[in-house]
Amino acid sequence: MTAPNTDRKLKKNDIILLAVVLGVAAVLFVSIWLLAPKGEVAVVTVDGEEFGAYDLLKDQEILLPEGHKLVIENGEARMVYAPCRDQICVHHIPVSRKGETIVCLPYRVVVTVSSRYRRGFYEASEA
Amino acid sequence: MKHPKHKKSPLTKSKNAAKTAALMGVLVAVAFVLSYVEMVLHFSVGIPGVKLGLCHIVTLFALYRIGPKAAIFTCFVRIGLNAWLFGNAMILAYSAAGAILSLAVMLLLYRLPLFSPVGVSLAGGISHNVGQILCAAIMMETAGLVWYLPILLVSGCLSGVLVGLISGWLLRRFEHRHIL
Ligand SMILES: [Zn+2]
Repeated sequence: MTAPNTDRKLKKNDIILLAVVLGVAAVLFVSIWLLAPKGEVAVVTVDGEEFGAYDLLKDQEILLPEGHKLVIENGEARMVYAPCRDQICVHHIPVSRKGETIVCLPYRVVVTVSSRYRRGFYEASEA
Repeated sequence: MKHPKHKKSPLTKSKNAAKTAALMGVLVAVAFVLSYVEMVLHFSVGIPGVKLGLCHIVTLFALYRIGPKAAIFTCFVRIGLNAWLFGNAMILAYSAAGAILSLAVMLLLYRLPLFSPVGVSLAGGISHNVGQILCAAIMMETAGLVWYLPILLVSGCLSGVLVGLISGWLLRRFEHRHIL
């Protein structure tokens, strides 16, 4: 039985680690979320292949190949139906800001809000 | 689970091995129950990978009580459980990536005299979530999943600290006691 770490009391390093991680999360939160502008299109990829891009300013319903139903309303996109067991994508908050993503892992469906759409080329990562 | 009185007689090596094996059996059973509890509670916040991570209690307890091999064993049992409960190749790959990265990080930090079990568990919780999201980003061929990182870091912290505190409490409780 190896027990290199017999001291089980809380250490200063534990607190430092917690503070650093929460700090990184706060910086990411501000830079990825708060500073992100509203997007213009919802880009859907299935199996890593682009399926289509849909204008967020136009209310519409999109049926995806595996049976998912995406609704765009009031400049926001949300998943209203999905055949997956976990239903995580359906419970996801509506997305409208650039970079926001709804993902259905079991079916490899990704909906990402992007700023622009030009002939099959979208820039989701553009700052 | 605890015996009020146990004989102080010195145990033979084989007896010890049998006890360890029996304890591992108990830990696997506990992992089963915790997986099930977590699946029933299933508080979905719409973010893939946000979980309480109750199963990590078993891994952490095994690591400090028995040793790295037991932690590795119970961790892989948990991956098997996930496969059985969800039965989806994507979810399996996703949770396995998180579990293996988190296990590697915890084993490494366990060896170093830097952190208490709470710190080790914290690092494990964070690396679990980061490993999952990296794996998903690669499998889904999208960088958009970076968007989830802030939530996953915070949820990894919460889950890691919670698991660390519970495991620490259990370890103290069973410190000078045979569980079986
Ligand atoms: Zn889904």
